[in-house]
Amino acid sequence: MNIPFFKYGMFGDEVSLIVAFIIGIGFGFFLERAGFGSARKLAAQFYFTDMTVLKVMFTAIATAMLGVYYLSIIGWMDLSMVYLTPTNIMPQVVGGLLLGFGFVIGGYCPGTSCVSAATGRTDGIVYLLGVVFGIFGFGEVFPLVSGFYNSTLMGQVTLPQFFNLPYGVVVFLVVLMAVGAFVAAEWGEKNMAKKAEAKK
Amino acid sequence: MSTLVQTPDTEKKSVSVPKPYWNPYLSGIGLGLVLLLSFVIMGRGLGASGAFSSGISYVMEKIAPTHTKANEFYGEYLGDGTKNPLKDWLVFEVLGVFVGGFISGALGGRIKKTIEKGPNVTDKKRLIFAFIGGALMGIGAKLARGCTSGQALTGGSVLNLGSWAFMMCVFAGAYALAYFMRRQWL
Repeated sequence: MNIPFFKYGMFGDEVSLIVAFIIGIGFGFFLERAGFGSARKLAAQFYFTDMTVLKVMFTAIATAMLGVYYLSIIGWMDLSMVYLTPTNIMPQVVGGLLLGFGFVIGGYCPGTSCVSAATGRTDGIVYLLGVVFGIFGFGEVFPLVSGFYNSTLMGQVTLPQFFNLPYGVVVFLVVLMAVGAFVAAEWGEKNMAKKAEAKK
Repeated sequence: MSTLVQTPDTEKKSVSVPKPYWNPYLSGIGLGLVLLLSFVIMGRGLGASGAFSSGISYVMEKIAPTHTKANEFYGEYLGDGTKNPLKDWLVFEVLGVFVGGFISGALGGRIKKTIEKGPNVTDKKRLIFAFIGGALMGIGAKLARGCTSGQALTGGSVLNLGSWAFMMCVFAGAYALAYFMRRQWL
């Protein structure tokens, strides 16, 4: 098997846009199914009352990670052909913190706000306008921040490379961590429910 | 099935009652398989914020061509000018996200014109915060070269170092500010 198909020239750019649209439909569908069209459900993650964000995110990451890993082990997929965004560690750390602030202030991230807007939520639409404004602002001041933006470049680097561990070991550790997080999340939710019950 | 034995009045109500969301692990597997499919077919993952950057660059180029072309940030999305920046993979993917979200919402009876918020905050305040949060997210996503989809989900599943650092910081930032935002949600 020559995976990824597109990189082996099995179809061209025009077809790839149709693929993009269909994959997007799947993406939006499952985001909405999980309840991610609701800012209240998303924000509950940060008050430990509903850990759905963590559960969905880590299940999705583990699923895709295991799929990619096993496809590469059996030799069907060339992992080196999957695009890896180069790491610029400092801008990514600062960007991540800003995104976290934006998440708990606004209640969404860009993908989930699309789903929220599509299901009629006014706050999702306003949030999207905010995203557009933020990106526009970033674009306008880009000449001033491009130094920081391009700083601390580490290149295309994976966790296995960075920690000098075999790929499979890191895959196993991530699965272990995810399962641990799920157990903690289930326990935490039950505990919070009990607390809320006691308050009544 | 209790909805079958109800007066016409309550029947009307029961139609508008949204169905419960799916089990999070099931939705997560679905999401993961979509992401895996994207890796398998395209050799790339999912994204969201990049599509908006393309859209903004396109509009800016129409409004102020010289100003926009001189800007390295917009330039990255405009390319060499031989291709329409809207004929972009992420743009079409995000259009799909809107459609997919709508389909799922419609099937679940969850399409509703409303504002998602806690009981202790006014609509106006919630919308102002939504705008501010969105703007911060837009800036953060550009600095980090991706958002929750492009970095956390996509980069996370191919064990990208920067993506994992980013993801930890997203949670850290959100939890750090959660206390001050509690009136909006709780």
